[in-house]
Amino acid sequence: MAKIVGGLTTSHIPAIGNAMSQKLEKDPYWKRFFDGYEPVKAWLDEVKPDIAIVVYNDHGLNFFLNQVPTFAIGCADQYENADEGWGLKTLSSFKGDAQFSWHLAESLINSDFDMATCQEMLVDHGLVVPMALMWRHLDEWPVKVVPLAVNTVQHPLPGARRCFALGKALRQAIESYPEDLKVVIFGTGGLSHQLQGERAGILDTDFDLQCMEKIIHDPEWLTQLSNTEIMEKAGTEGIEVIMWMVMRGALQPEVKVVHKHYHAPISNTGAGVLVLENTNDS
Amino acid sequence: MVWKQHDYDAIPGTYVFDGQRSHSGYNLNRMAFSFNEQANRDEFARDMDAYCRKYNLSDEQREAVLRGDFLKLLQLGGNIYYLAKIAVFHGLTVQDAGASFHGITTPEFKQHLVNQAQGFEEKLRKTGGYWHG
Repeated sequence: MAKIVGGLTTSHIPAIGNAMSQKLEKDPYWKRFFDGYEPVKAWLDEVKPDIAIVVYNDHGLNFFLNQVPTFAIGCADQYENADEGWGLKTLSSFKGDAQFSWHLAESLINSDFDMATCQEMLVDHGLVVPMALMWRHLDEWPVKVVPLAVNTVQHPLPGARRCFALGKALRQAIESYPEDLKVVIFGTGGLSHQLQGERAGILDTDFDLQCMEKIIHDPEWLTQLSNTEIMEKAGTEGIEVIMWMVMRGALQPEVKVVHKHYHAPISNTGAGVLVLENTNDS
Repeated sequence: MVWKQHDYDAIPGTYVFDGQRSHSGYNLNRMAFSFNEQANRDEFARDMDAYCRKYNLSDEQREAVLRGDFLKLLQLGGNIYYLAKIAVFHGLTVQDAGASFHGITTPEFKQHLVNQAQGFEEKLRKTGGYWHG
Protein backbone atom coordinates (compact mmCIF):
# COMPACT_ATOMS: atom_id res chain seq x y z
CA MET A 1 0.00 0.00 0.00
CA ALA A 2 1.10 3.57 -0.59
CA LYS A 3 2.28 5.35 2.52
CA ILE A 4 2.74 8.99 3.46
CA VAL A 5 6.31 9.45 4.71
CA GLY A 6 5.74 13.06 5.67
CA GLY A 7 4.82 16.53 4.64
CA LEU A 8 6.78 19.69 4.19
CA THR A 9 6.16 23.34 3.56
CA THR A 10 8.18 25.81 1.55
CA SER A 11 7.92 29.15 -0.17
CA HIS A 12 7.84 28.99 -3.97
CA ILE A 13 8.56 32.58 -4.99
CA PRO A 14 10.42 33.22 -8.27
CA ALA A 15 13.11 35.28 -6.52
CA ILE A 16 14.31 31.99 -4.97
CA GLY A 17 14.42 30.43 -8.43
CA ASN A 18 16.50 33.31 -9.71
CA ALA A 19 18.82 33.11 -6.71
CA MET A 20 19.38 29.39 -7.40
CA SER A 21 20.09 29.89 -11.10
CA GLN A 22 22.53 32.67 -10.24
CA LYS A 23 24.08 30.46 -7.51
CA LEU A 24 23.56 33.06 -4.79
CA GLU A 25 23.15 30.47 -2.01
CA LYS A 26 26.19 31.76 -0.11
CA ASP A 27 25.37 35.42 -0.68
CA PRO A 28 24.77 37.13 2.72
CA TYR A 29 21.17 37.98 1.83
CA TRP A 30 20.34 34.36 0.99
CA LYS A 31 22.68 32.22 3.08
CA ARG A 32 20.57 31.76 6.19
CA PHE A 33 17.48 31.02 4.12
CA PHE A 34 19.19 28.34 1.99
CA ASP A 35 21.22 26.82 4.84
CA GLY A 36 17.96 26.09 6.59
CA TYR A 37 17.04 23.72 3.75
CA GLU A 38 20.01 21.42 4.32
CA PRO A 39 18.21 19.42 7.04
CA VAL A 40 15.21 19.08 4.70
CA LYS A 41 17.44 17.68 1.97
CA ALA A 42 19.08 15.30 4.46
CA TRP A 43 15.65 14.09 5.59
CA LEU A 44 14.57 13.51 1.98
CA ASP A 45 17.79 11.57 1.32
CA GLU A 46 16.99 9.39 4.29
CA VAL A 47 13.29 8.68 3.66
CA LYS A 48 13.71 8.45 -0.13
CA PRO A 49 10.16 9.19 -1.28
CA ASP A 50 9.03 7.76 -4.63
CA ILE A 51 6.50 10.48 -5.35
CA ALA A 52 5.96 14.10 -4.35
CA ILE A 53 2.46 15.52 -4.40
CA VAL A 54 3.11 19.23 -4.81
CA VAL A 55 0.28 21.50 -3.74
CA TYR A 56 0.82 24.84 -5.45
CA ASN A 57 -0.95 27.52 -7.42
CA ASP A 58 -0.47 28.37 -11.06
CA HIS A 59 0.40 32.04 -11.70
CA GLY A 60 -0.61 32.32 -15.34
CA LEU A 61 1.28 29.59 -17.15
CA ASN A 62 -1.06 26.62 -17.49
CA PHE A 63 -4.31 28.25 -16.43
CA PHE A 64 -5.29 31.57 -17.90
CA LEU A 65 -8.30 33.36 -16.44
CA ASN A 66 -10.54 31.89 -19.14
CA GLN A 67 -10.67 28.67 -17.11
CA VAL A 68 -9.81 28.63 -13.43
CA PRO A 69 -10.32 25.33 -11.64
CA THR A 70 -10.57 25.60 -7.86
CA PHE A 71 -8.71 22.32 -7.46
CA ALA A 72 -6.89 20.59 -10.32
CA ILE A 73 -4.75 17.47 -10.39
CA GLY A 74 -2.22 16.43 -12.98
CA CYS A 75 -2.90 12.98 -14.43
CA ALA A 76 -0.02 12.64 -16.88
CA ASP A 77 3.23 10.70 -17.19
CA GLN A 78 5.21 13.88 -17.80
CA TYR A 79 4.98 17.58 -16.99
CA GLU A 80 6.87 20.39 -18.66
CA ASN A 81 8.01 23.67 -17.22
CA ALA A 82 7.84 26.59 -19.68
CA ASP A 83 8.52 30.26 -20.27
CA GLU A 84 6.52 32.43 -17.87
CA GLY A 85 7.32 35.59 -19.75
CA TRP A 86 9.67 37.36 -17.38
CA GLY A 87 12.94 35.54 -17.56
CA LEU A 88 12.90 32.70 -15.02
CA LYS A 89 15.06 29.84 -16.31
CA THR A 90 13.04 26.90 -17.64
CA LEU A 91 13.91 23.62 -15.91
CA SER A 92 13.86 20.07 -17.23
CA SER A 93 10.63 18.08 -17.33
CA PHE A 94 9.17 16.06 -14.47
CA LYS A 95 8.04 12.45 -14.56
CA GLY A 96 4.48 11.78 -13.46
CA ASP A 97 2.59 8.62 -12.54
CA ALA A 98 -0.69 8.60 -14.44
CA GLN A 99 -2.04 5.50 -12.69
CA PHE A 100 -1.47 6.92 -9.24
CA SER A 101 -2.86 10.33 -10.26
CA TRP A 102 -6.03 8.86 -11.72
CA HIS A 103 -6.53 6.81 -8.58
CA LEU A 104 -6.19 9.98 -6.49
CA ALA A 105 -8.62 11.85 -8.75
CA GLU A 106 -11.18 9.07 -8.55
CA SER A 107 -10.89 8.71 -4.81
CA LEU A 108 -11.09 12.49 -4.25
CA ILE A 109 -14.12 12.86 -6.51
CA ASN A 110 -15.77 9.97 -4.68
CA SER A 111 -15.06 11.92 -1.48
CA ASP A 112 -16.97 14.93 -2.87
CA PHE A 113 -13.93 16.91 -4.05
CA ASP A 114 -14.69 17.69 -7.67
CA MET A 115 -11.17 17.87 -9.06
CA ALA A 116 -10.36 19.07 -12.56
CA THR A 117 -8.16 16.41 -14.18
CA CYS A 118 -5.32 17.52 -16.44
CA GLN A 119 -3.59 15.24 -18.93
CA GLU A 120 -1.44 18.09 -20.17
CA MET A 121 -0.26 20.54 -17.57
CA LEU A 122 2.55 23.05 -17.70
CA VAL A 123 4.01 23.51 -14.24
CA ASP A 124 5.22 26.96 -13.23
CA HIS A 125 7.50 28.31 -10.51
CA GLY A 126 4.94 27.34 -7.87
CA LEU A 127 5.98 23.71 -8.38
CA VAL A 128 9.40 24.10 -9.94
CA VAL A 129 11.01 26.29 -7.27
CA PRO A 130 10.20 23.83 -4.44
CA MET A 131 11.49 20.90 -6.53
CA ALA A 132 14.72 22.76 -7.25
CA LEU A 133 15.09 23.75 -3.59
CA MET A 134 15.08 20.08 -2.63
CA TRP A 135 16.88 18.38 -5.48
CA ARG A 136 18.85 20.75 -7.71
CA HIS A 137 22.07 19.08 -6.55
CA LEU A 138 21.09 15.88 -8.43
CA ASP A 139 21.34 15.22 -12.16
CA GLU A 140 17.73 14.21 -12.40
CA TRP A 141 14.61 14.52 -10.27
CA PRO A 142 14.65 11.51 -7.90
CA VAL A 143 10.86 11.44 -7.49
CA LYS A 144 7.82 11.41 -9.69
CA VAL A 145 5.45 14.32 -9.29
CA VAL A 146 1.73 14.82 -8.88
CA PRO A 147 0.87 18.51 -9.38
CA LEU A 148 -2.11 19.55 -7.30
CA ALA A 149 -3.10 23.10 -8.18
CA VAL A 150 -5.26 25.23 -5.89
CA ASN A 151 -6.72 28.49 -7.13
CA THR A 152 -5.23 31.23 -4.98
CA VAL A 153 -5.27 33.80 -7.78
CA GLN A 154 -8.85 34.68 -8.68
CA HIS A 155 -11.43 34.98 -5.91
CA PRO A 156 -13.59 33.26 -4.81
CA LEU A 157 -10.91 30.93 -3.47
CA PRO A 158 -11.50 27.84 -1.39
CA GLY A 159 -11.17 28.47 2.34
CA ALA A 160 -8.66 27.01 4.77
CA ARG A 161 -11.33 24.65 6.09
CA ARG A 162 -12.00 23.24 2.64
CA CYS A 163 -8.29 22.85 1.92
CA PHE A 164 -7.81 21.02 5.22
CA ALA A 165 -10.67 18.69 4.34
CA LEU A 166 -9.15 18.11 0.89
CA GLY A 167 -5.97 17.02 2.64
CA LYS A 168 -7.90 14.51 4.74
CA ALA A 169 -9.50 13.09 1.60
CA LEU A 170 -6.09 13.02 -0.04
CA ARG A 171 -4.72 10.91 2.80
CA GLN A 172 -7.51 8.40 2.31
CA ALA A 173 -6.83 8.40 -1.42
CA ILE A 174 -3.10 7.81 -0.99
CA GLU A 175 -3.49 5.10 1.61
CA SER A 176 -5.96 3.17 -0.53
CA TYR A 177 -3.52 2.83 -3.45
CA PRO A 178 -2.37 -0.80 -3.77
CA GLU A 179 1.24 -0.20 -4.82
CA ASP A 180 3.97 0.22 -2.21
CA LEU A 181 4.87 3.85 -2.78
CA LYS A 182 6.43 6.32 -0.42
CA VAL A 183 4.67 9.64 -0.79
CA VAL A 184 5.75 13.06 0.42
CA ILE A 185 3.41 16.04 0.27
CA PHE A 186 4.60 19.60 -0.31
CA GLY A 187 2.45 22.49 0.87
CA THR A 188 3.93 25.46 -0.97
CA GLY A 189 3.60 29.23 -0.90
CA GLY A 190 3.26 31.79 1.85
CA LEU A 191 3.82 33.03 4.35
CA SER A 192 2.86 36.70 4.79
CA HIS A 193 3.26 38.83 1.69
CA GLN A 194 1.34 41.28 -0.40
CA LEU A 195 2.60 42.17 -3.86
CA GLN A 196 -0.12 44.58 -4.90
CA GLY A 197 -1.63 47.94 -4.00
CA GLU A 198 -0.60 50.63 -1.57
CA ARG A 199 -0.42 47.95 1.13
CA ALA A 200 2.21 46.00 -0.87
CA GLY A 201 5.15 44.91 1.24
CA ILE A 202 3.39 43.95 4.43
CA LEU A 203 5.16 41.25 6.33
CA ASP A 204 3.93 40.00 9.72
CA THR A 205 6.40 37.75 11.51
CA ASP A 206 4.05 37.31 14.50
CA PHE A 207 1.30 35.98 12.29
CA ASP A 208 3.76 33.80 10.36
CA LEU A 209 5.13 32.16 13.51
CA GLN A 210 1.64 31.73 14.92
CA CYS A 211 0.64 30.02 11.67
CA MET A 212 3.60 27.67 11.82
CA GLU A 213 2.91 26.65 15.43
CA LYS A 214 -0.83 26.27 14.85
CA ILE A 215 -0.36 24.27 11.67
CA ILE A 216 1.79 21.84 13.62
CA HIS A 217 -0.23 21.57 16.82
CA ASP A 218 -3.71 22.95 16.15
CA PRO A 219 -4.48 23.18 12.43
CA GLU A 220 -8.19 23.53 13.20
CA TRP A 221 -7.35 27.09 14.30
CA LEU A 222 -6.70 28.16 10.73
CA THR A 223 -9.97 26.60 9.56
CA GLN A 224 -11.75 29.15 11.78
CA LEU A 225 -10.30 32.06 9.81
CA SER A 226 -12.01 33.41 6.71
CA ASN A 227 -9.94 34.24 3.65
CA THR A 228 -10.58 37.94 4.35
CA GLU A 229 -9.20 37.55 7.89
CA ILE A 230 -6.11 35.79 6.55
CA MET A 231 -5.56 38.47 3.88
CA GLU A 232 -5.95 41.26 6.46
CA LYS A 233 -3.13 39.75 8.48
CA ALA A 234 -0.92 38.03 5.93
CA GLY A 235 -1.61 40.03 2.77
CA THR A 236 -3.39 39.11 -0.42
CA GLU A 237 -0.66 36.67 -1.47
CA GLY A 238 -0.25 35.41 2.12
CA ILE A 239 -3.51 33.59 1.44
CA GLU A 240 -1.30 30.87 -0.07
CA VAL A 241 -1.05 29.42 3.42
CA ILE A 242 -4.32 27.62 2.64
CA MET A 243 -2.18 25.27 0.54
CA TRP A 244 -0.22 24.29 3.64
CA MET A 245 -3.54 23.12 5.02
CA VAL A 246 -3.90 20.54 2.24
CA MET A 247 -0.57 19.04 3.27
CA ARG A 248 -1.47 19.21 6.98
CA GLY A 249 -4.86 17.59 6.42
CA ALA A 250 -3.14 14.63 4.78
CA LEU A 251 -1.11 13.94 7.93
CA GLN A 252 -2.32 12.54 11.23
CA PRO A 253 -3.69 14.85 13.93
CA GLU A 254 -0.51 14.38 15.99
CA VAL A 255 2.70 14.93 14.07
CA LYS A 256 6.39 14.86 14.82
CA VAL A 257 8.35 17.99 13.90
CA VAL A 258 11.52 16.98 12.08
CA HIS A 259 12.56 20.51 11.11
CA LYS A 260 11.33 24.05 11.57
CA HIS A 261 12.92 27.01 9.79
CA TYR A 262 11.86 30.60 9.23
CA HIS A 263 13.52 33.53 7.53
CA ALA A 264 12.36 37.03 6.62
CA PRO A 265 12.39 38.91 4.44
CA ILE A 266 13.01 36.79 1.37
CA SER A 267 12.11 39.21 -1.38
CA ASN A 268 8.64 40.31 -0.20
CA THR A 269 7.86 37.31 1.98
CA GLY A 270 8.26 35.59 5.28
CA ALA A 271 9.56 32.14 4.33
CA GLY A 272 8.49 29.21 6.49
CA VAL A 273 9.80 25.66 6.25
CA LEU A 274 8.37 22.66 8.07
CA VAL A 275 9.15 18.96 7.84
CA LEU A 276 6.48 16.90 9.58
CA GLU A 277 6.09 13.15 10.01
CA ASN A 278 3.17 11.05 11.15
CA THR A 279 3.62 9.80 14.71
CA ASN A 280 2.48 6.24 14.11
CA ASP A 281 1.79 3.78 11.32
CA SER A 282 -1.89 3.90 10.52
CA MET B 1 -27.16 43.65 -12.75
CA VAL B 2 -24.96 44.52 -9.82
CA TRP B 3 -21.58 43.48 -8.50
CA LYS B 4 -21.93 42.14 -4.97
CA GLN B 5 -19.87 43.89 -2.29
CA HIS B 6 -17.38 41.90 -0.21
CA ASP B 7 -15.91 42.29 3.27
CA TYR B 8 -12.41 42.33 1.74
CA ASP B 9 -13.27 45.56 -0.13
CA ALA B 10 -12.63 47.31 3.20
CA ILE B 11 -8.97 46.22 3.41
CA PRO B 12 -7.07 49.46 2.71
CA GLY B 13 -4.63 49.75 -0.20
CA THR B 14 -5.67 46.38 -1.51
CA TYR B 15 -7.31 45.27 -4.76
CA VAL B 16 -8.49 41.74 -4.15
CA PHE B 17 -8.56 40.07 -7.55
CA ASP B 18 -12.08 38.73 -7.82
CA GLY B 19 -14.67 38.14 -10.49
CA GLN B 20 -15.44 41.84 -10.83
CA ARG B 21 -11.79 42.83 -11.36
CA SER B 22 -11.09 39.80 -13.54
CA HIS B 23 -14.06 40.69 -15.70
CA SER B 24 -12.97 44.31 -16.16
CA GLY B 25 -9.32 43.40 -16.67
CA TYR B 26 -9.85 40.42 -18.93
CA ASN B 27 -8.34 41.84 -22.13
CA LEU B 28 -5.44 43.38 -20.24
CA ASN B 29 -4.59 40.12 -18.49
CA ARG B 30 -5.12 38.19 -21.71
CA MET B 31 -2.56 40.39 -23.42
CA ALA B 32 -0.12 39.84 -20.55
CA PHE B 33 -0.68 36.08 -20.78
CA SER B 34 0.35 36.21 -24.44
CA PHE B 35 3.81 37.35 -23.29
CA ASN B 36 4.57 33.78 -22.24
CA GLU B 37 5.65 33.44 -25.88
CA GLN B 38 8.78 35.11 -27.16
CA ALA B 39 7.28 35.96 -30.57
CA ASN B 40 4.50 37.92 -28.84
CA ARG B 41 6.97 39.71 -26.60
CA ASP B 42 8.91 40.72 -29.69
CA GLU B 43 5.78 41.97 -31.40
CA PHE B 44 4.75 43.98 -28.33
CA ALA B 45 8.25 45.47 -27.98
CA ARG B 46 8.15 46.61 -31.61
CA ASP B 47 4.89 48.53 -31.22
CA MET B 48 3.28 48.51 -27.78
CA ASP B 49 0.43 50.77 -28.76
CA ALA B 50 -0.60 48.58 -31.70
CA TYR B 51 -0.34 45.42 -29.63
CA CYS B 52 -2.62 46.89 -26.92
CA ARG B 53 -5.15 47.80 -29.60
CA LYS B 54 -4.98 44.28 -31.02
CA TYR B 55 -6.03 42.98 -27.60
CA ASN B 56 -8.82 45.58 -27.32
CA LEU B 57 -7.57 47.28 -24.19
CA SER B 58 -9.55 50.33 -23.11
CA ASP B 59 -7.87 53.68 -23.78
CA GLU B 60 -7.22 54.04 -20.05
CA GLN B 61 -5.63 50.60 -19.84
CA ARG B 62 -3.53 51.14 -22.95
CA GLU B 63 -2.21 54.48 -21.72
CA ALA B 64 -1.36 52.99 -18.33
CA VAL B 65 0.48 50.10 -20.03
CA LEU B 66 2.49 52.52 -22.17
CA ARG B 67 3.55 54.69 -19.25
CA GLY B 68 4.05 51.72 -16.87
CA ASP B 69 1.52 52.90 -14.29
CA PHE B 70 0.98 49.69 -12.36
CA LEU B 71 -1.23 51.10 -9.64
CA LYS B 72 -3.60 52.33 -12.33
CA LEU B 73 -3.44 48.92 -14.04
CA LEU B 74 -4.34 47.21 -10.76
CA GLN B 75 -7.31 49.55 -10.44
CA LEU B 76 -8.29 48.73 -14.02
CA GLY B 77 -8.45 45.00 -13.38
CA GLY B 78 -4.86 43.89 -13.86
CA ASN B 79 -3.78 40.89 -11.83
CA ILE B 80 -0.40 41.30 -10.18
CA TYR B 81 1.02 38.06 -11.64
CA TYR B 82 -0.01 39.14 -15.12
CA LEU B 83 1.21 42.69 -14.56
CA ALA B 84 4.61 41.19 -13.72
CA LYS B 85 4.75 39.95 -17.32
CA ILE B 86 4.23 43.55 -18.49
CA ALA B 87 6.57 45.11 -15.90
CA VAL B 88 9.66 43.49 -17.46
CA PHE B 89 9.22 45.66 -20.54
CA HIS B 90 9.67 48.70 -18.32
CA GLY B 91 12.70 47.05 -16.73
CA LEU B 92 10.77 46.60 -13.50
CA THR B 93 10.47 43.71 -11.05
CA VAL B 94 7.57 43.03 -8.70
CA GLN B 95 9.59 44.78 -5.97
CA ASP B 96 10.01 47.88 -8.15
CA ALA B 97 6.26 47.81 -8.72
CA GLY B 98 5.75 47.44 -4.95
CA ALA B 99 7.85 50.55 -4.40
CA SER B 100 5.90 52.43 -7.07
CA PHE B 101 2.59 51.58 -5.33
CA HIS B 102 3.96 53.44 -2.28
CA GLY B 103 5.65 56.19 -4.28
CA ILE B 104 9.02 55.28 -2.75
CA THR B 105 12.29 53.96 -4.19
CA THR B 106 13.02 50.24 -4.45
CA PRO B 107 15.81 50.42 -1.81
CA GLU B 108 13.31 52.14 0.51
CA PHE B 109 10.75 49.44 -0.19
CA LYS B 110 13.31 46.72 0.57
CA GLN B 111 14.24 48.51 3.78
CA HIS B 112 10.56 48.63 4.72
CA LEU B 113 10.49 44.82 4.46
CA VAL B 114 13.66 44.44 6.50
CA ASN B 115 12.24 46.74 9.19
CA GLN B 116 9.12 44.66 9.57
CA ALA B 117 11.13 41.46 9.93
CA GLN B 118 13.41 43.03 12.55
CA GLY B 119 13.81 40.87 15.63
CA PHE B 120 12.40 37.68 14.10
CA GLU B 121 15.32 35.54 15.28
CA GLU B 122 14.60 36.55 18.87
CA LYS B 123 10.97 35.52 18.34
CA LEU B 124 12.13 32.14 16.98
CA ARG B 125 14.20 31.59 20.14
CA LYS B 126 11.24 32.46 22.34
CA THR B 127 8.93 30.14 20.41
CA GLY B 128 11.52 27.36 20.48
CA GLY B 129 12.41 24.45 18.24
CA TYR B 130 13.60 26.52 15.27
CA TRP B 131 16.72 25.85 13.24
CA HIS B 132 19.47 28.35 13.95
CA GLY B 133 22.29 27.00 11.78
